[in-house]
Amino acid sequence: MATYIIRRLLQGIIVLLAVSTVCFVMFRYTGDPVLMLAGKYATQEEREHVRHVYGLDRPVHEQYISFLGGVLQGDFGKSYVSQIDALDMILERFPATFELASTAIMISFIFGVGLGVVVSVWPSGWLSRTIMAGSLFGISIPTFLIGILLVMFFSVYIEIFPSFGRGDTVQIGFWRTGLLTASGWQHILLPALTLSGYQLAVLIRLTRAGMRETLSEEYIKTAKAKGLSPAKVVLKHALRNVMIPVVTITGLSFGELIAFSIVTETIFQWPGMGNLLLTSIFETDQPIIVTYIMLAACIILTINILVDVLYAFLNPRIRYD
Amino acid sequence: MRKILSSRRMQSFLHDPSAVAGLSILLFFLFCAIFAPFIAPMNPYDLLAVDLGNFLLPPSWMEGGMAQFPLGTDDQGRGILSTIIYGLRTSIIVGVSVVTIAGLFGIIFGMLGAYYGGLLDAAIMRAADTVFAFSTTLIAVLLLGVFESRGVFTVIIAICIADWVKYARTIRGSVLEIKGYPYVLAAKSSGAGDFRILFRHILPNALPPVLVVMAVDMAVVIMLEATLSFLGVGVPLTEPSLGMMIAIGKNYIYAGMWWMVIFPGATLIAMVVGINLFADWLREELNPKL
Repeated sequence: MATYIIRRLLQGIIVLLAVSTVCFVMFRYTGDPVLMLAGKYATQEEREHVRHVYGLDRPVHEQYISFLGGVLQGDFGKSYVSQIDALDMILERFPATFELASTAIMISFIFGVGLGVVVSVWPSGWLSRTIMAGSLFGISIPTFLIGILLVMFFSVYIEIFPSFGRGDTVQIGFWRTGLLTASGWQHILLPALTLSGYQLAVLIRLTRAGMRETLSEEYIKTAKAKGLSPAKVVLKHALRNVMIPVVTITGLSFGELIAFSIVTETIFQWPGMGNLLLTSIFETDQPIIVTYIMLAACIILTINILVDVLYAFLNPRIRYD
Repeated sequence: MRKILSSRRMQSFLHDPSAVAGLSILLFFLFCAIFAPFIAPMNPYDLLAVDLGNFLLPPSWMEGGMAQFPLGTDDQGRGILSTIIYGLRTSIIVGVSVVTIAGLFGIIFGMLGAYYGGLLDAAIMRAADTVFAFSTTLIAVLLLGVFESRGVFTVIIAICIADWVKYARTIRGSVLEIKGYPYVLAAKSSGAGDFRILFRHILPNALPPVLVVMAVDMAVVIMLEATLSFLGVGVPLTEPSLGMMIAIGKNYIYAGMWWMVIFPGATLIAMVVGINLFADWLREELNPKL
């Protein structure tokens, strides 16, 4: 197991190097940062000055090495727009995104698996039909539309939930949390529902498909025959096997969750990383974009490794040697 | 014609009401998109036809609505119905182009990788792993953030760059299995060339799972285009898009002007539901082990 994790970590580092190289090449050959930094109306001299200060007049390989050196030390440069350290800017926004994403995952996991079990235990009831029709809608509505419809209903029409911001937050060390105040919970509900929507629908369908297959297996009949209560058969014997693909898919779709958090944060003016990324894209603030990409890559790779470990825990037949 | 109608597959299709409904919705939207200039009451992107004075009108059955704008107008005086019909064009062009281009590249690379193995196969699989980890959506947003031009073509390219691996991975699995079948080995021993074996013998049997992926992917791509345009990194303001309409409408929901969001939103959902219903039938019918 330990060797496996180390090998995965090494692979992860190679992927990160590749990602940073792609970032460097993309930004080196698209757009001129000098034009952005010095402004459209700068004189030739001012441009040369900027070019020199930011090291853009040096040969490409030297720039690449100094870029890579900076990345290794966690130095991504300063934001072109605000002149604040790019990593600090992103990290300050990180708790907001993290709390949003984890609340969304909790919602989609609990309700996705729960409703999936309900549908597979009582497949022909009206409740199951409603849930399945709902899940078809769930995978057919883009995230941004879910968000806007929720705002229209809950914030504009019946006015019970706020539609923008994080509400009151509490600072604990470097972490600013919104989960300790009533207003924070009120504010996180709609964005988290929005973000969980698509995954919720996918998990319902996945759990149902897995349960249908598992419930017809011999060991389930044995468990029933030896007199176990139906609840125990379903929850303890069947569900454990179904959880394997469910956990894998939840973990592997983390990249998607990060992507859709950009959309959700834009709709709800949520002060997270995704919101900052989109603003930075419009302002061509390259250091922020690069930092975001690298941080997203780190998070996604970590989650993927964690999923593999969890996978071995859920399915003892799997051995990574 | 009668032969087609009585074929087993056609019968199974006709006996599945949701599949028929799905395909009917699709054909209806396709018809609207193709004949947009004849169906739409106005051309919302012809500056001469748009009168700024007609801005933010409600649907015609509400107070203050005008008969020439059945579903109301947006903040530029463009008819919502007309803009939706033209927006369908963008959705369908992007959907069809991405599925075709990404599908073609994915199938070719996936087949070559699976058949020859080695470095090519390893490279394709690593690319696929990376794209799956990051998700097509995230990659498309970041690429469009970097690209300098905006337009339908750019959106298609950005989505294709990430999307082809889905097809490569799907067909790879089938080819790996099929290439060991006796009939392929027989073809090989009777002297058929690699090209002939791949495209005449293996491809027809490896294709069904890819067709299902194509159908599902069409829905995903159409939603992705709308999402990108909603974020402002997709098609430019001067071109029609359902996602862009909803982005504009979002600014007016607090004023109670719901029609700018609800009508394009409902169209988008109907189209995607239609595709998914049809894709569900296709999956059951071709029954690949997905």
